[in-house]
Amino acid sequence: MSPVRTPEQELARFRGRLAVAGVVALVCFGLLVARFFYLQVLRYDYYSTRAEDNRISLVPIVPNRGLITDRNGTVLARNYSAYTLEITPSKVADLEATIEELSKLVDILPKDRKRLKKLMDESKSFESLPIRNRLSDEEVARFIAQRYRFPGVELKARLFRDYPMGNFASHVIGYIGRINDRDLERIEENEDTANYRGTDHIGKAGLEKSYERELHGVTGFEEVEVDSGGRAVRALRRTPAVPGNNLILTVDLKLQEIAEKAFGNRRGALVAIEPGSGGVLALVSVPTFDPNLFVDGIAPQDWDELNNSPNHPMVNRALNGAYPPGSTFKPFMALAALMTGKRTPGQAIADPGFFDFGGHHFRDDKAGGHGMVDMYRSIVHSCDTYYYKLANDMGIDLIAQSIGQFGFGTRTGIDIEGESNGVLPSPEWKKRRFKKPEQQKWYGGETISIGIGQGYNAYTMIQLAHATATVAAGGVMFKPHLVKYIESAKDGSRRMIEPQPIKTIPIKPEHLETIRRSMVGVNREGTGARAFAGAGYVAGGKTGTAQVFSLKGGKYSSRITERLRDHALFIAFAPADKPTIALAVLVENGGFGAESAAPIARQVLDYYLLGKLPAGVAPEDPGAEGGSGDGAGE
Amino acid sequence: MARVSDFRFDPRKWLLRVLSPLDGPLALIVLALMGFSTVVMVSASPERLDTLALNVGVAMVVMWVAASVPPQRMMTIALPLYVLGVVLLIGVALFGDVSKGARRWLNIGVARIQPSELMKIAMPLMLAWYFQSREGVLRVRDFFIAAGLLLLPVGLIAKQPDLGTAILVAAAGFYVLFFAGLTWRLILPVAVVGIVAVASIVAMGDTICQPDVQWPGLRDYQKHRVCTLLDPTSDPLGKGFHIIQSTIAIGSGGVIGKGWGNGTQTHLDFLPERHTDFIFAVLTEEFGLAGAAVLVVLYILLIFRGLFIAAGAPTLFSRLLAGALTLIFFTYAFVNMGMVSGILPVVGVPLPFVSYGGTALVTLCLGIGMLMSIQRHRRRVGT
Repeated sequence: MSPVRTPEQELARFRGRLAVAGVVALVCFGLLVARFFYLQVLRYDYYSTRAEDNRISLVPIVPNRGLITDRNGTVLARNYSAYTLEITPSKVADLEATIEELSKLVDILPKDRKRLKKLMDESKSFESLPIRNRLSDEEVARFIAQRYRFPGVELKARLFRDYPMGNFASHVIGYIGRINDRDLERIEENEDTANYRGTDHIGKAGLEKSYERELHGVTGFEEVEVDSGGRAVRALRRTPAVPGNNLILTVDLKLQEIAEKAFGNRRGALVAIEPGSGGVLALVSVPTFDPNLFVDGIAPQDWDELNNSPNHPMVNRALNGAYPPGSTFKPFMALAALMTGKRTPGQAIADPGFFDFGGHHFRDDKAGGHGMVDMYRSIVHSCDTYYYKLANDMGIDLIAQSIGQFGFGTRTGIDIEGESNGVLPSPEWKKRRFKKPEQQKWYGGETISIGIGQGYNAYTMIQLAHATATVAAGGVMFKPHLVKYIESAKDGSRRMIEPQPIKTIPIKPEHLETIRRSMVGVNREGTGARAFAGAGYVAGGKTGTAQVFSLKGGKYSSRITERLRDHALFIAFAPADKPTIALAVLVENGGFGAESAAPIARQVLDYYLLGKLPAGVAPEDPGAEGGSGDGAGE
Repeated sequence: MARVSDFRFDPRKWLLRVLSPLDGPLALIVLALMGFSTVVMVSASPERLDTLALNVGVAMVVMWVAASVPPQRMMTIALPLYVLGVVLLIGVALFGDVSKGARRWLNIGVARIQPSELMKIAMPLMLAWYFQSREGVLRVRDFFIAAGLLLLPVGLIAKQPDLGTAILVAAAGFYVLFFAGLTWRLILPVAVVGIVAVASIVAMGDTICQPDVQWPGLRDYQKHRVCTLLDPTSDPLGKGFHIIQSTIAIGSGGVIGKGWGNGTQTHLDFLPERHTDFIFAVLTEEFGLAGAAVLVVLYILLIFRGLFIAAGAPTLFSRLLAGALTLIFFTYAFVNMGMVSGILPVVGVPLPFVSYGGTALVTLCLGIGMLMSIQRHRRRVGT
């Protein structure tokens, strides 16, 4: 710049600079306006959506879970509302200190802390997890007064699942539990994610699991305007939740209870089916468990106790356990023999007490044999030799084929999970089952013990009851089901689970009559006579004893370790002329079927047909009402 | 002018005499802006309307008083005011109160004051006075002296740290230098280097915003502000939250806005500092591009009126002061709207005459009053 300038030059330069400043200002404001135009016109849709997203939050409304009741309306699973204290770990600076402070206001047991730890391992830290459930009114009041001290801790009113019957029918009802990663995957696969927003629990076992879709209901949504802190300011729109449907079962809880109590502290299973519909009247697996333990996340020690118990209470023995049917197999063998023409009812054998095959000596239970044995006597007195011979005459392929049509070795398709296939032995099965060629070969000697329900035979109690029911229904096979109808909680409309006849097995009436008469004979003069002495109805039955351990010719003794004792079985239907109930009972290591299994069946039938409750509360003592019958050994 | 001998009270004449120091166009523009502010405040923060009225009243009085002070009188207080400002800034550095990590306030017993605010006016006054005093004998070294006078308080303010105010004060001083004839040979290279620097920061944003990179001379929070400007989504809940939410507010306003009182971003608390620095976002959310355009037009009118006054100012001092004050208004408006709309970093600069806040309003009205005085005294002093 030149120091020497006239004032006019100075002024001109100053005004020039003013002009430059004016232009710069205009350009800058132009930039701003361009920016506003970009934001407000070109990207209006985007920002407008962002503002709406900011503003509106969808709050799920969790539907009430459907109820489960038995056929008479006894509630098996219900909901109740209670306060729960929940912690969001990510929002809490010092979890331990917070819980310590909380424990001064509400009772927090070590159990609660352990459960929280477990839940934290299984879930994401931004989820809120229960630290204490079912707070008392007093505890609620105490917490509310101090709530400002506990950021990240919330009091929530929640619906809890409750199983008022406790241990009874727990294998049928199952339980719900908190949704874990595996459940989430399944929910995603079913494209149900939206419907499970806000839902913490899902059916984990039993009917709670298999009817999850019916019970859960449809989640509703509330559109809520929220502020930047996420607090709801006002509700904009509400789509109410559709409550889950109620399940009304075919199960008769009283019958179930009597059956469960009849087992005492023994292990076993019982399945009772209505032959004309396939409706399951009772499905017992004992020991049972308390499903209430699972609802809020089971405490680790409870879990260990259930899981490590030698009695395996969590195993559903009725569906999952496959047992050799023992002599309960014989009526089906006999029916198969009649249907295939391998035997006539009157065709008798002379039983020497054993059957020799290929140098192997198959012993009958009764030393010296039963003498002349026709089909009736073979069932009534449970003669093994008759069936050794019959099996040998039929051959394994014919046995597998004709026994298979009663449903043995196939899942029945009952409406809860956990059924196993069982084993219907055949050369094909053996090929599939074993790897080594020498093991894959079927030996003729193996056929012989198949005839008396031993050997590779292994069936579930649901299969055995199902087959019994099918025969009781004259060969019409219904799919077993636990749910009678589904009731809409909204309008009360009912959706019946129709009896679904799977097929009708062509059995000649006279053949059926032979089997029926023989099984009635079992309870009148045979192995079941003692248990059924004085019954006010006519019931067909068959005892069974399944070997767990071969005695190798030794004498059976009650001193044998309990776990090595035989399983006791019993099948029955009643009333014999027009059966309304068919059942199968298994008592693990119960010894003789006639002694331990048949009395249980008697109590169940007494109640179902006569409404008679067992005497006293001690169901282990069923023989009280009659001991006159001279029970012959099996 | 009413004659002193006329004792009869005539309301019309009295009003004219009261209004006489004021410049009509400037007063109307400022009133329009304050009116706009009131309308927005009714929606954004109605509970502060009482204080707003008080602030406006005080500011108007200050404006009137300043407008009544002739420029020659201003010249006489330029140096003392500057010295006082620097002394107070040193006092802040030594004894100031710390608030939000910065030492900006000085407790003088009766009140807490923010001396940096004073510097926004004292700086252009001082430099304009200096150049006036050197009129006719101006040398190159005078520009260095002026730069020194500028950098001393700017350095002290930047140290507090208060980058926003430091920039505004530096800008105020620079405008005086610019109008005093600072050579283009100096301005242009600096401008080019600045543009290149900004462009490269934008281009290399990803690399230099890594957490372990230290920026020479800048504090971490200042680096954060620039980095979040480059990519607000990098810290959506922290530093970027303000920018993201204010851009959403502006964009969702559309052309005509959501309507007065209907801004969801505003009323659901998504907008930070909605009555102060981010009030522009409220305005545009509720009144849209149309409202923003009205505001921009008002500022352009204000600035052109200011430049017009500067062009007609009689002395070098009043020219420089008027030009610098005008550009300060421009700087306030541009920086504020730029930061709220996400093209400039967030520095604490209010929207002139619209943002709530007494100190800034008083300072701005002081500046307006000075402009008015310069305009009214344009023919009083011949050159």
